[in-house]
Amino acid sequence: MIGLSAYLVLAALVFSIGLFGVLTRRNAIGILLGIELMLNAVNINLVAFARFNGDLTGLVFTLFTISITVAEVAVGLAIVIAIFRVRRTVEADRLDLLRG
Amino acid sequence: MAITVPVLSLITWSPFVGALLIMFTARHHPLAVRVIATVTTGISAALSIWIYVAYDQEASGFQFFEKVPLVPPLGISYEIGADGISLLMLLLTSIIIVTGVFASWTVAVRSQEFYALLLALVTGVYGVFVSLDLFVLFLFYELAVLPMYLLIGIWGSSGEVRPRGPFAWAYRATGVGTKEYAAMKLTLYLLFGSAFILVGILALYVNAGAASFSFLDFEATAFPRALQRWVFLAFYVGFGILAGIWPLHTWSPDGHASAPTAVSMLHAGVLMKLGAYGVVRVGMGLLPEGAADLAWLMGTVACINIVYGALSAMAQTDLKYVIAYSSVSHMGIVMLGAATLTEAGLNGSVFQMFAHGVMTGLFFALVGLVYEKSHSREIGKMGGFGKTMPGIATAFTVGGLSSLGLPATAGFAAELLTFIGAWRSTHRWWLFPAVAGTFLTAVYVLRVAKQIFWGPPSSHFHDLEDARGPEWVALVVLVFVLVLFGMVPGLAIAPVDTATVPLLARIVSP
Amino acid sequence: MLASVWLPLSVLGMPFVAFVLLAVVTPLRRSGPRAGLVSIGAMAIALGGALTVWAKGFVGETTWVWIPADGGPIATVGLLVDPLSTAMLVLVTLVSLLVQIYSLAYLREERPASLGRYYTYQSLFAFSMLGLVLAPGFLQMFIFWELVGLCSYLLIGYWYERPAAARAAVKAFWITKLGDVGFVVGIVLLWSATGTFEFTDLFEKAQEHALAIAGLPTIMFLIYLGAVGKSAQFPLHVWLPDAMEGPTPVSALIHAATMVTAGVFMVTRAEPLFALVPEVLTLIGWVGAFTALLAATMACVESDIKRVLAYSTVSQLGYMMAAAGAGAAYAGFLHLLTHGLFKALLFLAAGAVIHAVGTNDIFRMGGLFRAMPQTCVVFVVGTLALAGVPPLAGFFSKEAVLGGVWEAHLTGPFLMLALTVLLTAFYMFRVVFVTFFGRAHAGGHPHEAPWLMRGPLWLLAALTVLVGVRWALAGAGGHEETPAWLAPLSVGLAVVGFALAWALYQRGAIDPARVAAGLAPLDYLARHRYGLDALYTGLYRGVLLGFSRLIGWIDRYLVDGVLNALTALTLRAGDGLRRVQSGRAQDYVYGVAFGMLLLLVVAQLWR
Repeated sequence: MIGLSAYLVLAALVFSIGLFGVLTRRNAIGILLGIELMLNAVNINLVAFARFNGDLTGLVFTLFTISITVAEVAVGLAIVIAIFRVRRTVEADRLDLLRG
Repeated sequence: MAITVPVLSLITWSPFVGALLIMFTARHHPLAVRVIATVTTGISAALSIWIYVAYDQEASGFQFFEKVPLVPPLGISYEIGADGISLLMLLLTSIIIVTGVFASWTVAVRSQEFYALLLALVTGVYGVFVSLDLFVLFLFYELAVLPMYLLIGIWGSSGEVRPRGPFAWAYRATGVGTKEYAAMKLTLYLLFGSAFILVGILALYVNAGAASFSFLDFEATAFPRALQRWVFLAFYVGFGILAGIWPLHTWSPDGHASAPTAVSMLHAGVLMKLGAYGVVRVGMGLLPEGAADLAWLMGTVACINIVYGALSAMAQTDLKYVIAYSSVSHMGIVMLGAATLTEAGLNGSVFQMFAHGVMTGLFFALVGLVYEKSHSREIGKMGGFGKTMPGIATAFTVGGLSSLGLPATAGFAAELLTFIGAWRSTHRWWLFPAVAGTFLTAVYVLRVAKQIFWGPPSSHFHDLEDARGPEWVALVVLVFVLVLFGMVPGLAIAPVDTATVPLLARIVSP
Repeated sequence: MLASVWLPLSVLGMPFVAFVLLAVVTPLRRSGPRAGLVSIGAMAIALGGALTVWAKGFVGETTWVWIPADGGPIATVGLLVDPLSTAMLVLVTLVSLLVQIYSLAYLREERPASLGRYYTYQSLFAFSMLGLVLAPGFLQMFIFWELVGLCSYLLIGYWYERPAAARAAVKAFWITKLGDVGFVVGIVLLWSATGTFEFTDLFEKAQEHALAIAGLPTIMFLIYLGAVGKSAQFPLHVWLPDAMEGPTPVSALIHAATMVTAGVFMVTRAEPLFALVPEVLTLIGWVGAFTALLAATMACVESDIKRVLAYSTVSQLGYMMAAAGAGAAYAGFLHLLTHGLFKALLFLAAGAVIHAVGTNDIFRMGGLFRAMPQTCVVFVVGTLALAGVPPLAGFFSKEAVLGGVWEAHLTGPFLMLALTVLLTAFYMFRVVFVTFFGRAHAGGHPHEAPWLMRGPLWLLAALTVLVGVRWALAGAGGHEETPAWLAPLSVGLAVVGFALAWALYQRGAIDPARVAAGLAPLDYLARHRYGLDALYTGLYRGVLLGFSRLIGWIDRYLVDGVLNALTALTLRAGDGLRRVQSGRAQDYVYGVAFGMLLLLVVAQLWR
């Protein structure tokens, strides 16, 4: 049947896609989407382990991560909008005020 | 002997109280600032003279003892005391800071911060000379170094150095010649040295059982010879940087030249002696075998200092640089006297610390005056100043004569004792560079004096005047001290001898 | 011995009191002639004291601790009164007093503040010189040795606005310092070997043959080097002619009668020690005689009257040292005393001439006998004494010197000294003839000097004659073993020199220019001071200053350069590393991700 490893692989793939998105997307919102994907990959992992180990801890953690993800998205979008108001752009390459 | 009145603490903290008073009460009253500075340093000076006289030479050892535990678990306590060497150094510091206060009378910009920093600095200096706890000594040492950065960086003067030689690119990159450069260089270099000192202190602390930082406890501990050797090396390098040993001396010419008058007086006159004092007190006092093993290094480097410093001084065209290199050269005599590990040599070394401190304080005060009146430090442009500034010329000549070791000035007895010590040491040949140094000093000092004060009046300058008012105080006091101790050197040597003899008794020559 | 300390102490102390008063009380110093009176008054009291000490024949020693140490003082200072120091006391105080009185007139046109400065220095000098002669040990002698050197520097540079005077002053200081370097090394070594600086202790040890230390010849040679500098022996004689830039009274006092004789005095004082090292004594003898001859040749071609006298002084100092080197230190000292009198006389008389005529060049003078007869007379008296004509004092002392050198079998030096006798008479009478006789070229309005100047001149002339006559009557200065032909020889040589000068400069029988052409190489060398001055200047400018510039460059651009290079490299490294901070959040995430991966891999491998 579909074993644990399949889910783990799926999670890994989703994580990698998300990481790739974070690293390469120009649009800040795109980066946020990438972060979403990474977090969801973590969720997949947690649920898979919970399912296959018969342990509810994973599900509890998943609920935690979902709520934190929501909070993070809200804050992230708020920051992006605030930046847009000032800098009129959401391109990550242009936002380098902290350059050394 | 424990005395009820904490004299040494009064001496040490009086200037600091003055600094606080200035910053919190007299910020906008320039005259009040100066009065506070004069009074607080005057108190320290008066007390320094008093304990100098009150010191019991028969009993010798550390007197005027005070101890207050600070951090008992780590063995740190505020422990202070003074012996013959410290007394002379306290006296020197008092003389220099009082005259320095007067020499800075005309500082116009932000004089309250200037005086506050100066007084804080001098607290650190006093503290080092009386500390008997190595941790506290290190704290005071840092306190003596750090205000230099602000003092030079803000109130100093910039010069010009043309980038040349194989490292010219570096000169352009670092901005050599400006006061900010000098300030940064001096502070970083000295802090670099203090890193070595800290390592040495901690090494001793751990090796002695991590129980106490007290000097007296360390003195009673017998450290293993191998440890002594490298810790002495650490102390020698660390304190030596402040004393201006070659080749780690290059912070000194730029620092002295860019610093304002009183800061130069204090720095060349007292701070460099801190370094030598550290080598003697902490290095030689705690690590006798290490000192004996490495005396050859100390003495040889000192000989290089003497001759190299004198030759460099001869080549300078900026008046302040001449005096700065002269300090490097004379500190060589100090270090040489200590390296001889003989009674005469060490007495000569400590006396030279005093004599040179006063002499260089005088020089920088004079140079400050000349700069103020002529707005130039270029020797090439000067000439015939003696006609319009006879008082300054006379004081300069007296300072110069002391610097070349003319009898009847304090420099002579110091150098003579060093010569005797050198010949009696295990490296007799040290005598010759030392004597050559006095000849070279005679050459460059008299040459500079001739170029500036003698000859026909220079066409570059007009309306030059002699010293005025409070400016005279510094000159008269310093000249008087030089001549007094020159004619009666026993005044200084007697108490110092009570300290050097026991110190040397513990050192076994290799 | 306490009571008898006060008298010599007051002799020493009076000039010191005058010095302190003048140095500290500025209004007094700035008042010019009044400052002079203070100094002169102190000097007069000192002279009185010196004469009393001499008359009473005091002998004694007192010392005080100067540099204390654990096992006993390292150095002491004090007073040593004996016939040697007493004689010097009288000479120094007498000549100082006369010179100071003379200066009141000679320097009349100086600004009051400058004149006050002059007398301050004069008092300091007197104090220092007296301290030197009263020294009970080498250290005190060295201390005052340096102090008289200081006074010489200050007084040569009295007219400091003149570049030549400034140069001469530092040159004098530096050349004598070269000798002093040897001196100080010598006494340090001596102290190290014997534990004392004091003469009485050292002489006792020498007597008991307890002074057989290895290296004693080297030590005494080094100490002698101090005398080479101070007493202008070859090759450190070059400062003395240039020292003539100072006022003439200064030349008379310091560079003729007193300071320059300090070297001779020291060698005489330390005679028991030098006697232990005959090889050094021989060297002293040869150098002294050579100096005498060399300087005499240079005097023959010099046209500046003061320079002639300066070279003459160098020459006579050579005589004194030669005597000391021959083991006849007493003879050398005798010559020191007589020379002090008549050389001071000659200088002061020359000063009177210069003051009247306004130039130092003898060829711009002439026929001054008519305008200044008294000056001419005293000058001739001095010249006769210098040439060694009986019964003047100079004759007896020169005899003693020549006799001593002969008895020591130093033939070479003897011949040199004998030739010098001839040359001395020659060049001195050359000056006499050209200056005082012959056609008058002198510009200005030459007149006899004021009494303040003439008085000391006559007194010195009288003393020169009286001392000589007294010796002639008492038969002093004549050793039993002196060969009988010595006196006629030296007088004969002097006569020959006189005759030569007469022939060339008075009679015009022989043309000086042709003589000079005939002796062209020697003439050239003498005129150019045998290239020694050029050598010293070259060494100073080329070697010393050049080397110092090299060191200065190395320090500024190499030693400091390394430091600045390290700093610059650190700054560059910082600049480079700074680029890691791009400011873009994505790059940072990249870093975190990569780092995390690295850590995981390493952790796995570590297992």
